[in-house]
Amino acid sequence: MGRTLLQKVWDLHTVRKLPTGQTQLFIGLHLIHEVTTPQAFDMLRARGIGVAFPGRTFATTDHIIPTLDQSRPFEDPLAETMLAALEKNCAEYSIPFWNLDSDRQGIVHVIGPELGLTQPGMTIACGDSHTSTHGALGAVAFGIGTSQVRDVLASQSLAFDPLKVRRITVDGQLASGVFAKDVILEIIARLGVKGGVGHAYEYGGSAIEAMGIDERLTICNMSIEGGARVGYVNPDQTTFDYLRGRPFAPQGEAFDRAVSWWGSTASDPDAAYDDVVEIPASEIEPRVTWGINPGQSVGISDTIPATGAGVDEALAFMGLSGGAPIQGTKIDVAFVGSCTNSRLSDLREAARIARGQRVASHVNALVVPGSQAVRAAAEQEGLDQVFRDAGFEWRGAGCSMCLAMNPDRLNGEQVCASSSNRNFKGRQGSPTGRTLLMSPAMVAAAALAGEVVDVRTVMSHV
Amino acid sequence: MSSQIDRIEGSGMPLRGDNIDTDRIIPARFLKAITFDGLGDHVFEDDRAAMADHPFSNPAYRQAKVLLANENFGSGSSREHAPQALKRWGIEACVGESFSEIFRGNSLAIGLACVTVSREAVEQLMSLVETAPDTPFSLSLQDRSLSADDLRVEIGVDNSVRDALLNGTWDATGMLLDDFDVVRGVAERVPYIRGF
Ligand code: SF4
Repeated sequence: MGRTLLQKVWDLHTVRKLPTGQTQLFIGLHLIHEVTTPQAFDMLRARGIGVAFPGRTFATTDHIIPTLDQSRPFEDPLAETMLAALEKNCAEYSIPFWNLDSDRQGIVHVIGPELGLTQPGMTIACGDSHTSTHGALGAVAFGIGTSQVRDVLASQSLAFDPLKVRRITVDGQLASGVFAKDVILEIIARLGVKGGVGHAYEYGGSAIEAMGIDERLTICNMSIEGGARVGYVNPDQTTFDYLRGRPFAPQGEAFDRAVSWWGSTASDPDAAYDDVVEIPASEIEPRVTWGINPGQSVGISDTIPATGAGVDEALAFMGLSGGAPIQGTKIDVAFVGSCTNSRLSDLREAARIARGQRVASHVNALVVPGSQAVRAAAEQEGLDQVFRDAGFEWRGAGCSMCLAMNPDRLNGEQVCASSSNRNFKGRQGSPTGRTLLMSPAMVAAAALAGEVVDVRTVMSHV
Repeated sequence: MSSQIDRIEGSGMPLRGDNIDTDRIIPARFLKAITFDGLGDHVFEDDRAAMADHPFSNPAYRQAKVLLANENFGSGSSREHAPQALKRWGIEACVGESFSEIFRGNSLAIGLACVTVSREAVEQLMSLVETAPDTPFSLSLQDRSLSADDLRVEIGVDNSVRDALLNGTWDATGMLLDDFDVVRGVAERVPYIRGF
């Protein structure tokens, strides 16, 4: 019987079986940022423990940084304190840190793949739930809490219970105007926000295999929104081509040797899965969330549900009516960004819609690249100008309006068309703010129309 | 070694609703700090502002140690700030229909027990504390049971979680460092560290 990628990576990284019955797993790559680490370093200090493998941890800053004025000290003294703490901790423990003055800085889940740090067959941990993103390259990547960050720093390992593997197969061709974001929203709508608890999600099938790495990153990113701890795509030629020449990827002949090992980590054709789910690509249309968790989405031609568990609470919060079409929902803010959809291909899709058009006069629209490298590449192609001409703001790299830890946020009951990953109450900074999750192209289309529209009708004109 | 946790005694608090996420337990703006101090004061801050009779604002539950929750409690972010805020407020155990995995792991790492009971049992326990908030609860990990008044329900808890709490190994650092040579051995055999 063949093994899955998860089993192979798990076995390779097993340190030992712990007395609790859990498995101690070696963590190959540890990524850190300013929000979930200061307490971890303090705990190490209090216990007099050092960092076991400082060369296996890399740091950046993303959550709290302003995307407009980044001069130091920051206007927000709390943000300044947090960044200063990370600077101090990285210096003290010799951890490489890409700070604001580095062209490698960006959202932690954008820069890992971009720099070639993220590779097939690795175990990765980061104090952030969207660490599942890195599975797009065939890594097994865990989001962890601060005490576990401490443990990785101290021991380069963590204790885990075994995971089941659910294979999610998307076969067929996605229609034009349907993107990776729509696929993962469809998956979460079908399987539920807790459907993945206890599981790793393995995504496959011809629609996934046809995707580039950027799109696979979008899918794996939101695994956690479906309750799965880990999500991955088996490494293939697309993966290898993506990694070739990246700064932390093996170079020269070592690269070829790496490719043969990477290929061997993919699930065997006869691997056994705990569960298999099949979703035909042809059934997926552009999707929009109407509620307060990422499972509450509908296809753009559907109406908002009127009944069901949690529907009343969600509709009351969102100010929407059950039975009404989702199309035509007015928006106030449009946000293209976040570790889900802020890579170059996302910006290209949004720019394709925005080119030569104008943002509706009542809409405040911003585009926030996921990293400084994405920003530079987009500027090279002139995308910044396309956005600016259309009336979008063009910002510095960071988490921005994905969550409320920096100056970018919703006010009052504003409605935001957002390419991010969470529509939780209060997520975008206003306790009463309302988030509609959708693909970057759909966000751009909504920004122009001032309301939710079907991007496919706009695309026929471009 | 951290302290051993077997029995949790104290009153209960009903927190109704499925999919209560970590952004609600502790809104992101309170993560702007370099310590966990003071988080207990902001637990469910926005929900409390929106709902005057929120259980965390109700004086009848101020002494509660056992939080009663429905499905998928603690979904969303990996912020340990969520269980930290609950613990610092005074909660010592969460009893729910189900929990998000990262939340459950983060809770265990700080010695906050998350255990499951059936939907019917949660409903019975919630109704009980809604009418009699002072009802004493007694949760035993050893016996896998929770009693409140003359109600006695079985609790679900993974063996690994139960062992870690009972043996005081929930603070995993020591255990993970126990056999550090083996960790080094793995580092030496993993191709991407050894070199391709
Ligand atoms: S972009 Fe959003 S989801 Fe991604 S790491 Fe930043 S805050 Fe978290």
